[in-house]
Amino acid sequence: MNWMDGWWAYAFIAIAGWLATDIWRWLGVLAGNRLRDDSEALNWVRAVATALVAAVIAKLILYPTGVLAQSPLWLRLGAVAVGAIAFFLARQKPAVGIATAVAALAVGLWWLGF
Amino acid sequence: MNSVDPIEDERSSLVWFLAGARGIFSLPAIILMLSFVGFCSLTVQAGIPPGQVVFMTGIVWALPAKVILVSSILSDASLATAFLAVTLSSVRLMPMVAALVPELRTPKTPTWLLLVLSHFIAITAWVFAMERVQDVPRQHRTTFFAGFGITLVAANMALVGIVYRLVADFPPVVAGCLFFLTPVYFLASIWNSARHPVVYAALALGLVAGPLCYWIAPEFDILLAGLGGGTIAWAGERLWRSKREKSA
Repeated sequence: MNWMDGWWAYAFIAIAGWLATDIWRWLGVLAGNRLRDDSEALNWVRAVATALVAAVIAKLILYPTGVLAQSPLWLRLGAVAVGAIAFFLARQKPAVGIATAVAALAVGLWWLGF
Repeated sequence: MNSVDPIEDERSSLVWFLAGARGIFSLPAIILMLSFVGFCSLTVQAGIPPGQVVFMTGIVWALPAKVILVSSILSDASLATAFLAVTLSSVRLMPMVAALVPELRTPKTPTWLLLVLSHFIAITAWVFAMERVQDVPRQHRTTFFAGFGITLVAANMALVGIVYRLVADFPPVVAGCLFFLTPVYFLASIWNSARHPVVYAALALGLVAGPLCYWIAPEFDILLAGLGGGTIAWAGERLWRSKREKSA
C-alpha cells in the first residue's frame, strides 16, 4: 500500500510522530521534580539525544534535498562557518549566527547564478 | 487571608493568557516560524500532501522529530523504524519537560493539565518559557504558558497551510535559504540552550558521526550516530570530569 493514501498516512503520522514524541513529554511531566538533574543516566540520555539531533543537522547540510542539492558543498560549509564566527563574536546570539549564515548562503547562491 | 475575587481572577487569567500569546512576536517565535516555512518547503519537495503537513505540525509539534519523520517517510522506512527513530530523537523532550514542570505548577495544579500543556513543549517554547515564566506570578504561569504554546502551534499550523502553495513558486535562492534555516537554527539554539558540558561534546560528535554512519550504514545512520556519538561524548565528558575532580 502506498503510505500516502488516505487514513494510513494519518495513522502513520499519529503513531510514528505523535505517540513517539508525546510519550516523552508525558514521562517528563510524571518524572517532574523527581528526576535528579545530576544523575548519570540522564546525562547519557541527554548526550544520545543531542548527538541524534546533531546527526540530523549534519545530514541536512551535507545531503540537502531540493535547490540546495545542486549547490556546492564548500558553499554550505562556508556559510555555516561564517555564521558560527558571527555567533561567537556576537556573544552567542542565535539570531546573529542564523542571519549571517543564511545571508552568506544567499550571496553565494546568487553569485553562482541560482 | 487569600480572598481573590473570582471575577477579578478570571479577568486576570485572560490577561495572562494574552500576555503569553503576545510571545508570538518574540524573536525565537519569529525564527521558528521562518523555520516552519523552510520545513514546509521540505515537505513539498518530499511530496507530502498539505493536509498531512498541517496535521503533522499540530500533532507532533517538535521540529526535529518532524524532520526525522519526513526523512523516514522519504526513505520508505517501515512504521517500526520510523517510530524508533522519532522516539529516540524525542527523548530530549523528557528532561526538558521535567525541568519546566516544577516552574509551571502550583501545589493545586492538576496533573492532567500539565499532561495536556506538555504537548506544546518543544525547543522554542521551552527556551521562551524558562526565560520568561520567572516574571509571571506562580498561579498564572500555566495560563501564560498555555497562551504562548497554543498560539504558537495554531499560528504555525495556519502558516504551513497557507505557505504550502507558495513555497513551490519561490525563487531558488529563497527556497534554498529557507531550507538552510532549519539546520542552522537547530545548531544555534542547541548551543545556546545547552546548560551542561556534555551537550557540546555530543553536538560535535553527532555532527561527525552522522555523515560517517550514513556512509557505513545508511539505513540506521541517525540511530547509530545518536547512540554511538552520544555514548562516546558521555563517556569522554565523564572521564574529563572525574579527572578534573581528582586534580582539584
